[in-house]
Amino acid sequence: MFFEWLHPVLIATALALAVIGAVRRANLWRAGQPDQVNLIAGLKAMPKRYLHDLHDVVERDKYMSKTHAATGGGFVLSALLIILVHMLDIDSKILAWALLASSALMFVGAIFVFKRRLNPPSRISKGPWMRLPKSLLAFAGSFFILTLPAAGVLPEGFLLQAGNVLLTVVLTALIIWGMGEMFFGMSWGGPMKHAFAGALHLAFHRRQERFGGGRSTGLKPVDLSVVQEFNPGTSEQQVLGVSKPKDFKWNQLLGFDACVQCGRCEAMCPAFAAGQPLNPKKLIQDMVIGLAGGDDSKYAGSPYPGKEVGNAKGGPEQVITEGLVSAETLWSCTTCRACVEECPMMIEHVDAIVDMRRFLTMEKGDTPNKGAEILDNIIATDNPNGYSPASRTNWAADQNLPLMRDVQQAEVLFWVSDGAFDMRSQRILRSFVKLLKAANVDFAVLGDEELDSGDVARRLGDDAAFQNLAKRNLETLSKYKFSKIVTTDPHAYHCLRNEYQDLGSDALNGVDVLHHTTYLNELVKQGKLKLDSFNGGTVTYHDPCYLGRYNGEYEAPRELLRSLGIQVAEMERSGFRSRCCGGGGGAPITDIPGERRIADMRMEDVNSTGAELVAVGCQQCTAMLEGVVEPRPEVKDIAEILAGQLIEEVH
Amino acid sequence: MPLNIVSLVSVGRHPQSGRERRAEQDGRAVELGMNLEASQSASMTVLHAGRSVEPVLRNYAGMGLPSLEVLELSEQDDAVPSLAQYLKASDADIVLTGVRAESGESSGMVPYLLAEELGWPLVPRIADIVSINNGVAEILLALPRGQRRSLSVPLPFVASVDNAAPAPRQSAYGPGMRASIDASQVTAVTDSAREQWQEAPAKPRPKRLKVVKAKTAADRFKAATAKPQGKAGKVMKNESAQEQAQEIFNLLLEEKVIK
Ligand code: SF4
Ligand code: SF4
Repeated sequence: MFFEWLHPVLIATALALAVIGAVRRANLWRAGQPDQVNLIAGLKAMPKRYLHDLHDVVERDKYMSKTHAATGGGFVLSALLIILVHMLDIDSKILAWALLASSALMFVGAIFVFKRRLNPPSRISKGPWMRLPKSLLAFAGSFFILTLPAAGVLPEGFLLQAGNVLLTVVLTALIIWGMGEMFFGMSWGGPMKHAFAGALHLAFHRRQERFGGGRSTGLKPVDLSVVQEFNPGTSEQQVLGVSKPKDFKWNQLLGFDACVQCGRCEAMCPAFAAGQPLNPKKLIQDMVIGLAGGDDSKYAGSPYPGKEVGNAKGGPEQVITEGLVSAETLWSCTTCRACVEECPMMIEHVDAIVDMRRFLTMEKGDTPNKGAEILDNIIATDNPNGYSPASRTNWAADQNLPLMRDVQQAEVLFWVSDGAFDMRSQRILRSFVKLLKAANVDFAVLGDEELDSGDVARRLGDDAAFQNLAKRNLETLSKYKFSKIVTTDPHAYHCLRNEYQDLGSDALNGVDVLHHTTYLNELVKQGKLKLDSFNGGTVTYHDPCYLGRYNGEYEAPRELLRSLGIQVAEMERSGFRSRCCGGGGGAPITDIPGERRIADMRMEDVNSTGAELVAVGCQQCTAMLEGVVEPRPEVKDIAEILAGQLIEEVH
Repeated sequence: MPLNIVSLVSVGRHPQSGRERRAEQDGRAVELGMNLEASQSASMTVLHAGRSVEPVLRNYAGMGLPSLEVLELSEQDDAVPSLAQYLKASDADIVLTGVRAESGESSGMVPYLLAEELGWPLVPRIADIVSINNGVAEILLALPRGQRRSLSVPLPFVASVDNAAPAPRQSAYGPGMRASIDASQVTAVTDSAREQWQEAPAKPRPKRLKVVKAKTAADRFKAATAKPQGKAGKVMKNESAQEQAQEIFNLLLEEKVIK
């Protein structure tokens, strides 16, 4: 009878097409550059990463996490059981009942997906994604009915009875639709692609350390020697950074493909909110266009602010900034990682952006606005504003600070950072020194031997300058003995703690790199600082991106404030959801125009708590927030607040 | 025949750190040359007299130069004879230099000496070369306070490029490292005068205070921006050289420059 073999054949065909599609898709990723990942270990770790890391992020939206668990879990189970029950025709009531249960679960999940899509928030993409809930319902519903006879609920051969031909035809149509979306679409670029690419991305992620909460930089040092390997005879020219989609590592391309277009990144992106021409979701979708070839006419989400959708074209061999993504999009990013933190698919937007900036800076010489000048200064004077390197310690002329050059060793090395050249930041530095002295800490500074950490150069794409600074700093550090480095600058902190280790020096082996708030918190806990309680009205705290999201330090600053008797009036966007001040990633230097200033938006967040004082832990945040026109709450670094409450013992 | 432009570059020196860098004015000479290369379909050579291993040359190359020519000289050699010899043998139409080097003697004499050797006119402190038609270049000279003077100069000529010229484009690491640096051996002439000298850091020179007796803000603004009107000055065009020299001598005495 015709119907008896129809469904098994259909299922087999869909699966075969899915496999062909998967191989084709994998070949698109393989156009990327090699990267070292342990494939087996990655695959083994994948389920755990799914259940922990990915679900931790999805869990932030309870509705969606339950919905996804039901739909996704139901689908995976159903797919396996469908193969057993309907394709291989294994006659087992237990399996059939299991399939009924799993497809019912999936169906219920799909109803909730459907409800979410009735009135979707602006951040999520429409287009083919609007069809997905219906496809899910079709798949789950049709296989549920198809399984009823096998489970013995309906008589065997019920669907084959003459009177039910219409039902069978409708059912078959739904099955084709459902499988078309779920099996075929998964590997041929439909919305379900996210499941296939997403699972593999979890396994082969470029930044494996991030699973389980590890801290790292995604920015690996650029191999500068490739410029020497240039061969004018061949057109295959090795470039620095990413010029074409195929210059990404293959697992980065895979990562882009995992995007579900949920737009959580978009909703968190400060540059997007400020009306600058950046939308992390669109950027990732443009990368998908780049890796697969084509244009963005089918993109159904929010555009880059101020730019129309439909004009972007690209392919694996085409230069990205010539037609796919405009350079100003790349330069709008503050590298705040809000998108990365929020992305359920663990996509690394920032690293991709910096990879492309590297090409613009190191190959094109095209860093916008003050970029070129700042980089020149960094190269010629080791600080971004071109001050005399010999004046680095002028701020401390009255502080009598021990120099490492003289003392050779100390318990704590205080990394001063370029705040040394800025009068506002010097107030923070002085406060911190006051606290160190009050706690009788054995500390020293590098003085004029200290150089810029390289943070700005690296974020602006000049990895040559970064590596140069980092290596020279490491050389200086290797001359002295100390067990801790403490710095008031979260950017230098991130470089020293997470980025310098890639440069093959053991100067920092066994050294604790700490942010000053962490260290001060230790001192307070040890009772080394006597502090008065603070009665200056309502206080809120702004989490610096490079302290919080980059390094996971959310608690120490809050504990310090609590130790002063301050009840922090939290902003809605605080902790890992903190909104950037707008000062990171060289954004104030490249200064891409938008409709609002990011710092102004952050100050609105502050104002909504009614705070009279906003505590910060970063000189850059201080500068950005103080740049907001008055009247506004006062801005102070935690070191300044503590120093103000210090009970000094008179000897 | 396409126009031939030679831009001369030297090793600059950062005023704050003293570190070697792309010299500001030489960078502008290269920028100007590159712009002419694009607009006039001229061909450009960037030339350095000195050590070919000099890392700073990569900074110039990073502006997008495929190659750089170097006349191999050592520290104590005089650059002018080698440069003059090279330029005489070349078919250069325009030679661009900075006004003065940031390191070494920094006397600002190189363009003058070269022009003299070549027997070409020297156009000092240019801000731009606007056009070149039928062997005549339309040049903008940079005058103080943003003023410009337009000049027509027949090719060939030597021009020194002022800070008022367009700033040099960003130097990119990749192209800079890839550029080929073609060194040629030249007969070096030791700068014997310089051997006798001792170098010492410059002391800041005293500046004459400008006392502005302005009552209103508008007056102060004018005083700050207007071209200084040399009230005491005198324009001497028709007098004999003897008289002119005497006048200068008197002024120097009056200003106590010589006693
Ligand atoms: S990049 Fe991540 S957060 Fe952004 S839309 Fe895609 S999946 Fe969602
Ligand atoms: S890092 Fe921040 S600014 Fe950059 S795309 Fe992500 S959210 Fe936007």
